[in-house]
Amino acid sequence: MTDTATYDRIAAQIEPFNKKGVELTDSTTFASDLEWDSLTVMDFVAAIEDEFDIIITMNMQAEIETVGQLVAAVEKLTA
Amino acid sequence: MTDLFSKFDALIGEREALLSHGVRDPYALVMESVKSPTVAMCNGKETILLGTYNYMGMTFDPDVLDAGKAALDNFGSGTTGSRVLNGTYAGHRDCEEALKEFYGMDHAMVFSTGYQANLGIISTMAGKEDYIILDIDSHASIYDGCALGNAQIVAFRHNDVEALEKRLKRLPPEAGKLVVLEGVYSMLGDIAPLKEMVAISKAAGAMVLVDEAHSMGFIGENGRGVAEAAGVMDDVDFIIGTFSKSVGTVGGFCVSNHPKFEVLRLVCRPYVFTASLPPSVVATAATSIRKLMHAGNKRAHLWENSKRLHQGLRDLGFQLGTPEAQSGIIAVIMTDMLKGAQMWEALLDRGLYVNLARPPATPAGMTLLRCSLCAEHSSEQVTQILGIFEAAGKQVGVI
Repeated sequence: MTDTATYDRIAAQIEPFNKKGVELTDSTTFASDLEWDSLTVMDFVAAIEDEFDIIITMNMQAEIETVGQLVAAVEKLTA
Repeated sequence: MTDLFSKFDALIGEREALLSHGVRDPYALVMESVKSPTVAMCNGKETILLGTYNYMGMTFDPDVLDAGKAALDNFGSGTTGSRVLNGTYAGHRDCEEALKEFYGMDHAMVFSTGYQANLGIISTMAGKEDYIILDIDSHASIYDGCALGNAQIVAFRHNDVEALEKRLKRLPPEAGKLVVLEGVYSMLGDIAPLKEMVAISKAAGAMVLVDEAHSMGFIGENGRGVAEAAGVMDDVDFIIGTFSKSVGTVGGFCVSNHPKFEVLRLVCRPYVFTASLPPSVVATAATSIRKLMHAGNKRAHLWENSKRLHQGLRDLGFQLGTPEAQSGIIAVIMTDMLKGAQMWEALLDRGLYVNLARPPATPAGMTLLRCSLCAEHSSEQVTQILGIFEAAGKQVGVI
């Protein structure tokens, strides 16, 4: 699995939650740029967990602020 | 220089904006005197209490009061010490015996509050390599127990059996796991599907903790809670509860059948590093718990009250947190905080107290008028309550 493939799969999961159509980059933040509240975050994390068949603990979530950080974390969990 | 208080500016602003509409501060109510489990004087007005979690109305039970007065006379006003040093009196042991009798379990440990019981058991049981799997809508004391410890925390969607199962299957099979559930979720008053959730958790090799704070004394044939009603008592490893609801005083506890349970008295910091409950409190708790074992008629009346209020509010056109009455809590959903505060005040002005609940305590950013019924509410009081809701709802324009 390459970085790009993971990025694309994550971007596809972000899409339905990206109500404002914010353009995604590695540095896009979930809280400020996408303006997600805690409920949206919960639904999105569940979607990512199902897509990759992984667990992203709340301990890990606390360290993930940007799309790039999420891609890196998912890469690590699926390695 | 940064003012450390600046982090609260948004909340201060929100409060000021709300109060600028002229509504009374919903978080500054004083009960000037309390006449019974269901009536108090507020702002000089006789007020029906419908937001106190005093489900079984034990706060003025004559036997309970006598036990407290006797303990005050014989053992003094406080223990001035930790349970593991000078703070265990005969009354503390007797209170733990009462809990063992009530739940039919081998071990009981009394904490100074229900909050501390969750804080202590959760933070102590799950270590760094272990996993805590919890419902996303868990009570603050459960989250704070997680924060005090250093386990890996995994949340699943509220009351979603499949979401729990998926997550359990993804965790390392050999890892220690503690699934934390609540019998009744106190914001909406809905109950957990414990039969399915406990079975799935045990199949995954997890230990199960159920917080029965809002179901003790009321739900289940013997008032042991939702786990009893669901027939899964034997598969629950820890039941956490409180004395500040049905029992009618203050304090918390954990009961368990685990053979090594007693070691927790030495390693559980929120148990060790705080003073034990005053003798009068454990005496009132023990007396109340033993009376709750034989309170079948009160349980039946409380169910009647809850079902009738739920049906009545629905008929008036209020939006409620559950499709039917599932517990002693009935949550009326308000559109926003301002309408919620206006409605809360309109109810209070007519002599009815309910809880106004707001985020972050509530799920999905909701504003709720939370009603909790009491076995001592008379049928006439329930009729009065419905009349007050109708008048206030029309005044504020929510029905």
